[in-house]
Amino acid sequence: MHEIRLHSRGGQGGVTAAKLIALASFRDGKYATAAPFYGAERRGAPVVSFIRIDENPIRIYSQIHNPTHVIVLDITIMDVADVLVGLAPGGIVVLNSPKPIALDGYKTYSVDLTGIALRTGLVVAGSPILNTPVIGALAKIGLFSVDSAKAAISEMFVDIKNQEAALAAYEEMVV
Amino acid sequence: MSGLQETEYILKCTSACAGCSTSLILRHVLAAAGPDTVLVIPACCTSVIQGVYPKTSFRIPVYNVAFAASAAVASGMSAAFEAMGKKTNVIAYAGDGGTVDIGIQALSGALERETNFLYICYDNEAYGNTGMQRSGSTPLGARTTTTPEGKGHKKKDLDRIVAAHSIPYMATACSAYPKDLAGKVEKALATKGPAFIHVLAPCPPGWRYPAEKTIEMGKLAVKTGVWALYERMYETVVISGPTKAAMIKPTPIEEYIKPQGRFKGITPETITTIRLDSERMLRRLAAEEEGSC
Amino acid sequence: MLTISTGNNAVAAAVRRVKPAVVAAYPITPQTEIVEQIANYVADGSLDTRYIPVESEHSAMAACIGASITGSRTFTATSSHGLLYMNEMVNWAAGARLPIVMANVNRALGPGWNVWAEHTDSLQARDTGWLQIYVSTVQEAYDAVVMAFRIAEDRRVYLPVMVNLDGFTLSHITQQLYVSDIDGFIPPMELDHRISPDDPHGYGCMTGPQDYFRIRYDIERSMRESYAVIQETEKAFADRFSRSYGFTDEYRCEDADVLVITLGTLGKEAEVAVDMLRDEGIAAGSMRIRWFRPFPPLDTRDRELVVIDRDYSFGCGGILADAIRAQTKRDCFSVIAGIGGQEVTYRDIAGFVRDRRIGEEYWFGVDA
Repeated sequence: MHEIRLHSRGGQGGVTAAKLIALASFRDGKYATAAPFYGAERRGAPVVSFIRIDENPIRIYSQIHNPTHVIVLDITIMDVADVLVGLAPGGIVVLNSPKPIALDGYKTYSVDLTGIALRTGLVVAGSPILNTPVIGALAKIGLFSVDSAKAAISEMFVDIKNQEAALAAYEEMVV
Repeated sequence: MSGLQETEYILKCTSACAGCSTSLILRHVLAAAGPDTVLVIPACCTSVIQGVYPKTSFRIPVYNVAFAASAAVASGMSAAFEAMGKKTNVIAYAGDGGTVDIGIQALSGALERETNFLYICYDNEAYGNTGMQRSGSTPLGARTTTTPEGKGHKKKDLDRIVAAHSIPYMATACSAYPKDLAGKVEKALATKGPAFIHVLAPCPPGWRYPAEKTIEMGKLAVKTGVWALYERMYETVVISGPTKAAMIKPTPIEEYIKPQGRFKGITPETITTIRLDSERMLRRLAAEEEGSC
Repeated sequence: MLTISTGNNAVAAAVRRVKPAVVAAYPITPQTEIVEQIANYVADGSLDTRYIPVESEHSAMAACIGASITGSRTFTATSSHGLLYMNEMVNWAAGARLPIVMANVNRALGPGWNVWAEHTDSLQARDTGWLQIYVSTVQEAYDAVVMAFRIAEDRRVYLPVMVNLDGFTLSHITQQLYVSDIDGFIPPMELDHRISPDDPHGYGCMTGPQDYFRIRYDIERSMRESYAVIQETEKAFADRFSRSYGFTDEYRCEDADVLVITLGTLGKEAEVAVDMLRDEGIAAGSMRIRWFRPFPPLDTRDRELVVIDRDYSFGCGGILADAIRAQTKRDCFSVIAGIGGQEVTYRDIAGFVRDRRIGEEYWFGVDA
């Protein structure tokens, strides 16, 4: 089972990103559960979402304490929270960063999701939207197939910019 | 009152008190509404008049519901009949307690949502069904079982609250003026959207006057100007004939107060306050009528 | 069609398929998404219903009562304080024998304000005459809402049904959802006692003790008949949609020595605990109670019982544990856990089973 913990800030699209990850996994023929952990709902507050992906129906509803993957849509959260807590050595970390960041003992991938969102015009109420770009990045590391990523995005979004941003992230992320 | 109640929708020998103006109002309301009508009532005197299961004293369906709920139940009923394409009149018929106190939130919501229904508040100025406890509609100085020394607060101005919802039709009426009442019910039911009628309902045991004086008491309320009859279509106010007459030559207010046992021991100062409030209300109505012409 | 959905949106999607004539609802966290989604369906024309945006939950249930008595299909949804605020009308709906369906998103009660999962809200309504089901997945929420209308509207039942789903833990999580054409699954609603000027009756009149007693007994008689209606409906559903349900959801119970008994999503988490315990050599099983009213007959035999309550009746105990003791005439290890959204993992549940002390009550995270 993949157990993914996604860190973002309210308004960046983290909750939708979790749903997209679940949907893309369904389109791969797997089972998935995406569970945002709700505290106070306000813009800019750190938000954690949990996604489980498995070959069998998911029966666990509790939070993920030992993730296999950590995704950080806003690396400023790393200043205030230990995003790596519970992640086993060798675990996968995907960071939204214009510059590569190396984290000792983990498989770390960096991609400039914010830059891609700004470039493709994925901006809502002044905030770059990162939920579709990150799907491209996650397809690149093989969390789900490229076809399923495309299908998931087209099911949830009409605007073609979302596909473009995802494709850009797929191409730009170095594996 | 020949010609008013062509068809009776309340059977004879109900359990209403002698001289009950509420059952009189009901007879006129239902005669004006006709058989394609559903009455929604909360706990109130009418739920006594309705009779004891398995019998009913009405020839139209009566849906008796919880105290605070009549306007909301009528909302649901009206929506469902509309969905079916039925033109059935939905009339909520509630006392003053069920309207100005516990039912005001549901009433306000139903008016704001432009529910297609008629809400009638029959106002006997206390919780009559349970033996005359004070309501928000009890007038200043009136004794009830919970205001044994006379009520220390003024009657809540329900009509201005309803008027604040800016509805297509609202009116006041009194059981002593049945033709006026029937005409207003007909207008209200012809209105698309929410309509509201506030009817003063003198109550012999509650107000403590002899049962045979129930019409006289209603007439005195209007003639003294304590109770005003008028209609309001959105912002347009039309004052009804009997109140116009009272505005020209009012009967002294004492003639209304003195025969009622509930005002026993009322001070001259309190009577003056009631009179001044009534005069202020009439002046405001006159100004509104003038302003809306 | 296979899609993904939150628990809340699955409820709304089911309502869209069922096509109630009237929906009256008031928003409350964490149910809000249900009323928003229904409002969207009405706005975009995909659901032809009269949506009454009432000013309170009391009026929500009152409006449903007014609509339902005309013989119209009605739906509402609420949670926690909303359910408590409408409680008078919740009782009225059952007493008036109205087949209203309501989704309740289980949430704790204030003070202090707490929006997370707990079952005390709906369990306080257990004596109202409503049928109550507790679901554990997004799909089950959808399926339960569809079946609820057929069960409620069956003239052997004519009682309202409350579909309960855990706040946030189920209402806000995304899982797969299979939605399909349900045409013909629910017969057109026919309410024998509907209000109509063509056949006038008095409703809700003053009623003396003798008649009142008989009317109340009629509710219980219908509640007893509802067992068969639930079974028939769940069978018809399984035959048509290939998803089968029962009064309980049992996992590895057949040869179990100890059963974990739960309501809602904790029942799924318990299955994972059961697998863990089996690997350790403890023959555990999970019995998730789906229908709390009518309360199901339980096959617990001589097995030890660990009951987890995400609720409490002060001065008495866990409400589920109380019901289990009454039904099985046997004592249990009563665990109070998950209150106010407290996290309970499968590891915690396995711990409850390992450390069970039959006859005792244990407050998880509070007791030493």
